[in-house]
Amino acid sequence: MSETQTLPITVTVNGSKVQRFVEPRTLLVHFLREDLGLTGTHIGCDTSHCGACTVEIDGESIKSCTTFAVQANGSSITTVEGLANADGTLHALQEGFRQMHGLQCGFCTPGMLMRAKVLLTENPDPSEEEIRFGIAGNLCRCTGYQNIVKAIQFAAARLNGRTFQEAAE
Amino acid sequence: MIPGPFTYHRPASIEEAVGLLVSLGEESRPLAGGQSLIPMMKLRMATPEHLVDLGGVAGLKGIDVEPGGIRIGAAVTQAQVIGSALIADRLPILRDAALQIADPQVRTRGTIGGNVANGDPGNDMPAVMQCLGASYVLAGPSGERSVAARDFYLGPYFTLLEPGELLVAVRIPLPSAGHGQAYEKLKRKIGDYATAAAAVILSATAGRIATASIALTNVAPTPLLAEEAARLVVGTSLDAATLKAASAAAKAIADPAADGRGTAEYRREMAGVMVARALVKAFGRVKGA
Repeated sequence: MSETQTLPITVTVNGSKVQRFVEPRTLLVHFLREDLGLTGTHIGCDTSHCGACTVEIDGESIKSCTTFAVQANGSSITTVEGLANADGTLHALQEGFRQMHGLQCGFCTPGMLMRAKVLLTENPDPSEEEIRFGIAGNLCRCTGYQNIVKAIQFAAARLNGRTFQEAAE
Repeated sequence: MIPGPFTYHRPASIEEAVGLLVSLGEESRPLAGGQSLIPMMKLRMATPEHLVDLGGVAGLKGIDVEPGGIRIGAAVTQAQVIGSALIADRLPILRDAALQIADPQVRTRGTIGGNVANGDPGNDMPAVMQCLGASYVLAGPSGERSVAARDFYLGPYFTLLEPGELLVAVRIPLPSAGHGQAYEKLKRKIGDYATAAAAVILSATAGRIATASIALTNVAPTPLLAEEAARLVVGTSLDAATLKAASAAAKAIADPAADGRGTAEYRREMAGVMVARALVKAFGRVKGA
């Protein structure tokens, strides 16, 4: 290969249009973290298993460590930095993770939140089993998942205009 | 982990993609969902000099009814298979199998074409396609050809796909209504490749099996069509002795390697168990027998 190819890409990230030149081999997660400084999206296993790098792209959840930035050209991406409500209040999921103790070390949390956001658009009122199957691509080594499931149930209830009763353990 | 450098190409048509694969030669690879290729590139186990991104290629999308069957474009994702009402109604085995592949995020990007074309014996769809009697449409420099899924796989990552050829669609003959279908997969954890898995499609008349097709995943260097096991169940009402004989016939053709999922002996045994479970489930799903 004689010289390094760079390609222009235009993406909308958290509502703002950005244009950058990237090397084809640049992974989306590196583009987000290093080119755009959005370090809320984490690199965990780096092998497509753990889901810490999950972001929303055109309404779907993907693992940004297993996608090239050039493949995202033209798309609209939401990262955890874009999750809070426009007025700065926490998204129902963030509130749920806070109130239900859905995190301990917090490393998996951005990926969990972004996966759960899309899960609740695909299935606005999921059962516990559907939540567990829906977050099967996100690993947490602290919580045992119990409070993550509750946090998502809290958010689903709030988004459906109900109050989630169960207390955190 | 960062993949090695490569030059990126983004064709707009199948013809253009094939032209690129031909002119760039063996150091080029097509990129669809990338859920197998990108991890391999990050590990530097794959170091293609050129990637031909199929993301902008027209004609690789869509699940369409055609005379006698359905045609699934190579770039249709596992998530789209799961969401298809047509597939849920007529080919539920595809939905069952897709739901057992990886996890939601990977299924959002991973494609049917990639799953059947890359030749990984751990992939689930190849055995399902063999069970269904599917064929693959391969586009090359001199036009299209069709290859049966049952003939396509030669060894691990070694198939009848020639350099410069692109798998553009899978064509599946539709089983007539009333067939029972099942895919049973044993795995250590969600998202894992199969320790062993079995696909079964059968029909029955008056409580006896009339036709049967059985295929096995990840218990040999290629997917396996278990013809003898299928022959043994035809004409029976799937009694215990028949199930045992069919399991034994499947185990006899299994040739698994020992790996983190178990010893070769264990995995061969599990191939038999998965065949028995899938037979029972499929038989229970036969309608109007």
